[in-house]
Amino acid sequence: MRTDVHIEDLLRRLAPRVLGVLVRRYGQFDACEDAVQEALLAAAVAWSEEGIPESPRGWLITVADRRMADQLRSEQARRRREDRVAAQAPADVSLAPAPGDDQPPEHDDTLILLFLCCHPALSPASQIALTLRAVGGLTTAEIASAFLVPEATMAQRISRAKQRIKATAIPFRMPAEADRADRLRVVLHVLYLIFNEGYSASFGPDLQRGELTREAIRLTRAVQRLLPDDGEVAGLLALMLLTDARRSARTGADGSLIPLAEQDRARWDRGSIEEGIALVTDALSRTPLGPYQLQAAIAAVHAEAARAEDTDWPQIVALYGVLERNSPNPVVTLNHAVAIAMVRGPRAGLDLLETLDGDERISTHHRLEAVRAHLLEMAGDRTGALASYRTAARRSTSLPERRYLETRAARLR
Amino acid sequence: MKYMLLIYQNPAGFEALSEEERSTVFEDVDTIVKELTESGEWIGGDGLADLSQTKTVKVRDGVPAVTDGPYLEAKEHLVGFSLFECESVERATEIATRWPDARYWAVEVRPLMGAGGVEM
Repeated sequence: MRTDVHIEDLLRRLAPRVLGVLVRRYGQFDACEDAVQEALLAAAVAWSEEGIPESPRGWLITVADRRMADQLRSEQARRRREDRVAAQAPADVSLAPAPGDDQPPEHDDTLILLFLCCHPALSPASQIALTLRAVGGLTTAEIASAFLVPEATMAQRISRAKQRIKATAIPFRMPAEADRADRLRVVLHVLYLIFNEGYSASFGPDLQRGELTREAIRLTRAVQRLLPDDGEVAGLLALMLLTDARRSARTGADGSLIPLAEQDRARWDRGSIEEGIALVTDALSRTPLGPYQLQAAIAAVHAEAARAEDTDWPQIVALYGVLERNSPNPVVTLNHAVAIAMVRGPRAGLDLLETLDGDERISTHHRLEAVRAHLLEMAGDRTGALASYRTAARRSTSLPERRYLETRAARLR
Repeated sequence: MKYMLLIYQNPAGFEALSEEERSTVFEDVDTIVKELTESGEWIGGDGLADLSQTKTVKVRDGVPAVTDGPYLEAKEHLVGFSLFECESVERATEIATRWPDARYWAVEVRPLMGAGGVEM
């Protein structure tokens, strides 16, 4: 339906700001969200035929407002019929303020909406779906197709999330100061998950899914504009930009995965890299350290190396050391082991990997075996490497990753 | 992660169940499907027609051979599948545990391969 990219961008940008106005006017987040979604669909049709109106935001608010008013009127009529209480006059919806005049145009409820959609009472799958629809302005069909599930499944996740918000009576306002940091962490994690879903899919013809990275970057950029002094927001945006910069270099013409060390770095997107480096450098110099900044800093060190062999591995080892102390988890240890192997040799890396063998969070994961295979190959243990590549390939549930691991194994046979 | 549940039965064993036991099997399935649909985890699923309706197709040197009956002779065989997406393998296993066929025969939980991947 939405073929015009310019109209689509505009609609997605306006979606949360129109929704904010409606929710402030009527409460009832769930009904307002439906009304805005209908207004977006109506606009996509009308604007591509008649052109973009002079005040697109005002147009959307008027249409969404009319839907809400219609719905409230029919609900009130139904309630009157049910209750047989004719004396109770309905609120005169025609007295509602004229569209758009109750908030200055620069007012932006995007952040409040994000906190609402990423409320800890919702499951991660629901947080992601609702964020993309209510804040991202995507249709349910678009989200379903991005996550490769039927539209009915995605519609159910969204409606369940909205029911939950209603049932829990989550208020439409910024979280209390004391909870703000924890709640922001959830928002950033949801944006990170959306980015990863898109990034892992963003090669070959699967553009619809790859578009999720663009959405995640757009939403994180919006958060960064609203919270310019938060180092972790800047760090996450930098991490996304620095990772996404490698997008076109990481896939071969046949759709196979190309590891970082073998990528044609001339194909990395310099614009994204420069923006990412500037963001993370600024954040590190003036805000408290956090995991997204550290991961972005590591990505920046990779991005700064003109050739793989120019990589400043001691710097990366040091950064992983800080990251392991700051927010320890087995994936960090795994990457730390690779960096240590590059500085002190494969045996040192393999020794660190052994500490993960008893960690049930990762001990049966294909990535542990894949890294072990790589380090064994570096150490010249072809038999061991072959066995580990094969184990890793069997454990992987990703087709391109399995194919990559099988190819590595075949080279050692 | 998306999972497929492969549901196995022994046809003679199923026929040997009492009417009440069989109704419970169907009711339990309805309950789980309803729950998974409401939670937004359900993707799809179906039962398979009787084994006697199976055609096995083999192509050798470009020549197709079609025979009646299953590829593998086994005491238990596939009678249905369901497809869902959930947060963890623990949740997938929990769903499988509640599938009534698991009480009499077995169900298998198999993760689906995804087309996505990240460079290493």
